[in-house]
Amino acid sequence: MIRIRFFARLREALDCDLLDITVPSPLPVAALRRHLIHEYPHWAAHLDGRLLSAVNQELANGQTPVRDGDEVAFFPPVTGG
Amino acid sequence: MISVQQDDFDVGDQYRRLCEQAGEAGAVVFFVGRVRGGEGTVRALELEHYPGMCERQLQGFVDEARRRWDCRAVRLVHRVGRLAAGEQIVFVAVATRHRAEAFQAAHFLIDQLKTRAPFWKKEHGPDGARWLDAGADDVRAAGRWYHDAVAL
Repeated sequence: MIRIRFFARLREALDCDLLDITVPSPLPVAALRRHLIHEYPHWAAHLDGRLLSAVNQELANGQTPVRDGDEVAFFPPVTGG
Repeated sequence: MISVQQDDFDVGDQYRRLCEQAGEAGAVVFFVGRVRGGEGTVRALELEHYPGMCERQLQGFVDEARRRWDCRAVRLVHRVGRLAAGEQIVFVAVATRHRAEAFQAAHFLIDQLKTRAPFWKKEHGPDGARWLDAGADDVRAAGRWYHDAVAL
């Protein structure tokens, strides 16, 4: 199982903050994103844009591998400080 | 010391605690970020964050600053929740032996924090609420500390 979290504008657009999915792994973050768009086509417009991602709470990129048991987060560019 | 908290912070209290940790360091630089007011409008910000990852990222910035400069003490405080115009959001403080290092380390820390720590601001104004967009200037400012900017 992979736990996926969404934040801020993306969380509101998807109306979802947490999603647990089972998918053959390891797979790269970019493939996980494509998998989500395939499973939830109405999310495509929101998941296609410029997003940041994290795997196990470390900033990641499209090639970062995701394994069973990992926590993956997708979120818009950050605006703290 | 890093802290992500709802409560406000007292700059004098933070400075005293920094000095207690800093020994005989000769220079202290600190920065306070506040909620900018809209012109003639009531404005408030709502700060969302990714609990856990925020603390890890902030600690990572402090560790990197300590590798680059001879920091005797570092404090990073970032507030979350709803904040009105004029309220304090963030506190960054560094103590070093000499002033140049303290300025550089504090500047590095706020630049990293603004572009790599998972916080998001939602603005509440007279026309409703909207998520703020990330500034390209902030991304450039953070990238100049790295010769090989990391593509996220």
